Amino acid sequence: MTSIMAAKVKAKRVAQLIAHGKRLDGRELYSHREVQIESGLIERAEGSARVRLGKTEVLVGVKIEMGEPFSDTPNEGVLTVNAELVPLASPTFEAGPPDENSIELARVVDRGIRESKAIATDDLVIEPGKKVFVVFIDVYVLNHDGNLIDASALGALAALVNTKMFNYEVKEGEVKIKPGYKPLPLKNHPVAVTFAKINGQLIVDPWLEEEQVMDARLTMAFEKDGKLCAMQKGGYGTFTMQQVLEAAKIGQQKAAELRALVVKE
Amino acid sequence: MSQKKPEKLIDENDIRYDGRKLNELRAVKIEVGVLGNADGSAYIEQGKNRILAAVYGPREIHPKHQALPDRAALRCRYHMAPFSVQERKSPAPSRRELEISKVMREALEPSVFTEYYPRTAIDLFVEVLQADGGTRCAGITVASLALADAGIPMRDLVSACAAGKVEGRLVLDLNDVEDKSSDGADMPIAYMPNLNAVTLLQMDGMLTSEEFEQVLNMGIEGCRQIGQIQKEALKARYTAVKEAAAEKEEETEEEAGEE
Repeated sequence: MTSIMAAKVKAKRVAQLIAHGKRLDGRELYSHREVQIESGLIERAEGSARVRLGKTEVLVGVKIEMGEPFSDTPNEGVLTVNAELVPLASPTFEAGPPDENSIELARVVDRGIRESKAIATDDLVIEPGKKVFVVFIDVYVLNHDGNLIDASALGALAALVNTKMFNYEVKEGEVKIKPGYKPLPLKNHPVAVTFAKINGQLIVDPWLEEEQVMDARLTMAFEKDGKLCAMQKGGYGTFTMQQVLEAAKIGQQKAAELRALVVKE
Repeated sequence: MSQKKPEKLIDENDIRYDGRKLNELRAVKIEVGVLGNADGSAYIEQGKNRILAAVYGPREIHPKHQALPDRAALRCRYHMAPFSVQERKSPAPSRRELEISKVMREALEPSVFTEYYPRTAIDLFVEVLQADGGTRCAGITVASLALADAGIPMRDLVSACAAGKVEGRLVLDLNDVEDKSSDGADMPIAYMPNLNAVTLLQMDGMLTSEEFEQVLNMGIEGCRQIGQIQKEALKARYTAVKEAAAEKEEETEEEAGEE
């Protein structure tokens, strides 16, 4: 019971601050924490990036392998996103098969990339119906201090931008690797923005202390022209329609700000 | 059972290939109290979707470490039967099913007074017997009725419905073929009509800000209509129970009179 009492006291404190437009860590309601992005730290991977969002830290690796296409999309390469909540990242993470939190994280990151058609999958076909390139995006959470979704989505985008494809040619049905690299064909740049609702107020980029007391969470992913391309509500609370529309408006602007950190146009 | 995809999903008169208008729901049929063993149950047909939901609890929780000191643990399993889709689905829970189980739980928990039953479990099972697009929404709709049928105190019913975009047009309640059409969008929404609260919101596909607002409004309107159908289904169940009870009472009185 003590932990429940402590949580209730903390929730009250966070909510009081937010009612005055303030947050525990001094941020404004709609500000992200400081973002740091480093690309290409893993030489063995075709692409990689580490994103730090405040103290949250995520490493994303992209591997490209040859494989079979899905039977309903014979003329498209394959995209696979996986997320690991590595036990070294938080006292609450345990080793073992992926739980619903890591599955949800991977699927929300996947949805933004897939629905915005970020990867030109039709350029990844070696032999239609038989052989295509498979793009594996592996999200590795190294330190959990809240809002894993935004950090992971941004890390995935930065890693994709960083990804190099090997050159190849097909001779007598055999694929031969040629020297040199070219960038992975990207058509779009999706970015996720997550809101928490605390005591009726929306805030952007909740950190751990805020996630622990939030009523509900709403993630919106926006593609490069500002269209909404994925969405996910989480948590046991609810949103009014007005709050959802407000989030869409703020999210669009925040997504553009984050995108500019990864993609220099 | 193979489904042929028509060339155009929406004709020049804004009629969808299954004969519906753009903002029209599929035919919905709901029955409450369909299973003998469960504390509460319900069955829904929405288009070709056929989904059963059952509730057990509040009951003792196993494993015990899952017990919550201040409320009941609502546990939810969304599962598809192997024969529910075109190509046989492995009965092992997929990543998709695990995600849906999670969002479904989070969509329903706001409606339940879980704080009345600390340290217990309320187990909710949703079995998709046949899938035709929008199963998570139909699943939430029918699960909410199963919770009500189990007599669990609730703040409101949860009504769910998807809206989205097909061939550039905004439509309500997408079926499987419409959902799989390219360059579309699908936005499942769950909503508590009396509390004006959105409890589930997901989206895939691409929508401009204007389209997003319209789709959201259309989806909420769909949820309201579903809410009406839910209420009628509950009423039908409990007027039947009441009538049966009254009949039985009359019989016993007659018997007593004969003696």
